[in-house]
Amino acid sequence: MTHAYDVSHFFAGLMLVASFALLYQDRLFSVLNIFAAQAILLAIAVGWEAYTQQRPHLFITAALALGLKGIIIPVALHRMIVKLGVHRDIDQVVGVGKTLLIGLALTSLSLLLVLKITTAAESFTREGLALALAIILLGFLMMITRQNAITQIVGFMSLENGLILAATGARGMPLVVEISVAFSVLIALFVFAVFVFRIRERFDSVDIEALDNARGDQS
Amino acid sequence: MIPAGLEWPLGGLAVAIALYVLAAGLAATLHRSRAALASVYPLALVAALIGAAANLWGVLANHHQGLVLPIGLPVIGLHISLDTLSAFFGLIINGGVAATALYGIGLDRARDLSPRIEPFFAIFAAAMNLVVLAGDAFSFLFFWELMSLTSWALVVARHDDAAARHAGHVYLVMAAMGTAALLFAFGTLAGASGTYDFAAMRSTSYGPLASAVILAATLAGAGSKAGIAPLHAWLPLAHPAAPSHVSALMSGVMTKVAIYAIIRVVFDLLGTPAWWWALPFLILGAATAVLGLLYAVLDCDLKRVLAYSTVENIGIIFVALGLALAFKSGGYTAAAAVALAAGLLHALNHSWFKSLLFLGAGAVLHATGRRSFDHLGGLIHRMPVTAALFLVGTLSISALPPFNGFVSEWLLFQAVLAGPVLPEAVLRFMSPAVGAMLALAAALAAATFVRVYGITFLGRPRSGQAAVAHETSRPQLMAMALLALLCAYGGLFGDVTVAMLQPILQRLAGAALPGTGTGPTAFSLVAFSADRSIYDAPTIAVFLLISGTLTSMLVHWLSGRKTRLAPAWDCGFPDPSPLTQYTASSLSQPIRRVYATSVFGVREEVDMPPPGDLRPARLTVWFTDYVWNWLYAAPAQWLVAVSARLNAIQFLSIRANLMMMFSALIILLLLAAVWL
Repeated sequence: MTHAYDVSHFFAGLMLVASFALLYQDRLFSVLNIFAAQAILLAIAVGWEAYTQQRPHLFITAALALGLKGIIIPVALHRMIVKLGVHRDIDQVVGVGKTLLIGLALTSLSLLLVLKITTAAESFTREGLALALAIILLGFLMMITRQNAITQIVGFMSLENGLILAATGARGMPLVVEISVAFSVLIALFVFAVFVFRIRERFDSVDIEALDNARGDQS
Repeated sequence: MIPAGLEWPLGGLAVAIALYVLAAGLAATLHRSRAALASVYPLALVAALIGAAANLWGVLANHHQGLVLPIGLPVIGLHISLDTLSAFFGLIINGGVAATALYGIGLDRARDLSPRIEPFFAIFAAAMNLVVLAGDAFSFLFFWELMSLTSWALVVARHDDAAARHAGHVYLVMAAMGTAALLFAFGTLAGASGTYDFAAMRSTSYGPLASAVILAATLAGAGSKAGIAPLHAWLPLAHPAAPSHVSALMSGVMTKVAIYAIIRVVFDLLGTPAWWWALPFLILGAATAVLGLLYAVLDCDLKRVLAYSTVENIGIIFVALGLALAFKSGGYTAAAAVALAAGLLHALNHSWFKSLLFLGAGAVLHATGRRSFDHLGGLIHRMPVTAALFLVGTLSISALPPFNGFVSEWLLFQAVLAGPVLPEAVLRFMSPAVGAMLALAAALAAATFVRVYGITFLGRPRSGQAAVAHETSRPQLMAMALLALLCAYGGLFGDVTVAMLQPILQRLAGAALPGTGTGPTAFSLVAFSADRSIYDAPTIAVFLLISGTLTSMLVHWLSGRKTRLAPAWDCGFPDPSPLTQYTASSLSQPIRRVYATSVFGVREEVDMPPPGDLRPARLTVWFTDYVWNWLYAAPAQWLVAVSARLNAIQFLSIRANLMMMFSALIILLLLAAVWL
């Protein structure tokens, strides 16, 4: 049984590494590749949970993660970038070193917090939960540090990966919730895509700062 | 067939409340019809009489009835509970509603009725009844808020008047704050177990910290509704802004509902008192009593002076409650019973004479269209009945025997005099100080009402409207006469009322008064024992009557009947202009100079033109309301400034918004990591 947890912690750890890699990538295509890799890792991790916990419906979640986030979304974003012609470098707001340090601090915060407050829970799921929280926080951090709309989408999706990981690690999450989460992510992608195209149309750029100049409510 | 639990007297109250709601519904749906609007008052009168009878029965029979209705919040339901305390305050409410509804019947159909007033009047009456009947915190707060909102609607009924709008705004803010504080108090009372039922709260005991929190929140919440300083500022704005019969209801009755809330929480739910609970009551009460009257002395608006005097009377009731707490904590139950009886009796008496005075002010306002003292005067000739009835009200409120104000204040001073038995040095020193403040307040009250009566009814009219004033309608006079009779009854037979209070005193103070029949004569009120403290009202009244008659006969006999000739109007009035008489501000000048100079920073400036100059001389008086400036205006400015700053948050960029959410999340996680 310990063995099963070791493996799932391994995959969760790999996802965390992918999150860190996302933080400092400054090219759009490599961001997409790493995101796809993280999604595939998520699919494997969920598949492993399904196998060890004897919960076959988690295979559906794994398949959704693999299909939607591992293939469809990265491909769609890839085509979007090509179509928009924005495959140039990404400018980062905070320097790489600082961002990674903050990411490190967030990871240790989530470890400290989860390990401290879940002492009563099953010992092996706790680490998984801590890693998932770290992935969520890093996804959030990525959304903040990036100025490009597409990397923001990726940040959001990676945050959502952390949510799925946390949900499957804990027992008893019904399938319908997972499907609806996956569905809402897909919807979010559509919304984001429309949003990005509109920005591009209006401002010749996908830099979200451009939006601020066009606001009418500025006092 | 009467449903279970709805037997008399609770059933009577249910009928009364149903009638109030019916009246409101009728007036609201047929609001274009004058007849439908006018029908509110007879219906409310019938409802109030049924309700008052039920309440009286509930008090006399020392009866407790409870009922849980399956409406309201799921699981909790709606707890209705009628015990002696709620029945007594219900009696105050329905008595006040009966008098004001009778006055309302006499309103001018064409001029005074409005769909903004009548429907809310009935709902307001029903809401006050339901507040005292509530048996759990949720329904209590719900009906409390209903009471606040309906009375707010009545305050802003004359919304074309900017002063009324301002009053409504201040009232709404204070009422919201008060309800929030009460919510906090009841939340703490419910505690971790989360039972909102009063019966469960009663059986819980609270630690000193929890008691302090509950006490402070209750004082802030219910105290602001009652008008305790420094939370009184809305009251003199809002009470006079409403139509006069509603002012009577708000001042005479709604403040008593707030007193009920305080007694319910502090004496009933909170358990055995500690000695320091008395401190805020004594300090705030004494300060309120004096401060309220100093405002009243400075003010020149008839209805506002009455509202300030309400603030003073609430202060007196607070002192009584504080003394009751002090005695109860020390185990002196007999003295606690005297103090609590004084408080309850004063609440009842004040509801009668304050309603009487406000109705009288309404009659004056209706007859002259003026509220300012500078436009009144000489009304005793044109409104003789109103003037006589108003005089009864002023005598009662100035605590002169044989009227009811004296009975409750006499009881209160008996309690003050028992103060030296208290074990805590602070309280022992405080009780004479509070007594001195009360004595000052009593003197100031007398001065205030000499001024009110003298300027309004005596002398010569100061305006054309006052000169052509007419007596008010018969139902309105009947309403005032009823209240005046009650004032006289309360003064003569105070011991009967006190006998009615015995079960409440027994339960909340732990002892009862000696009771009827222990005094030397029938109807003499005994505070502690017959050899120490007796107020023999009927004997004193007879003595006053005989000595008064004899004195006036003696004066007439000595002065002789011979007619003497003298220059016309030369008795201090050589100039026939009404401007030469005393004005309201000149009458209050000595008190203003002595007391208000430091409290309000009063400045007077006399502009005397040199001989030969034709412009009029002018006396200008400035005063600063420090309480308003520091506790209301300054925080309001600060709030506006801070919100203007925080408004910038609304215009942040997407990333800055995300950043704020993220920082909030991280801060919360850090807090959780540190504290959990």
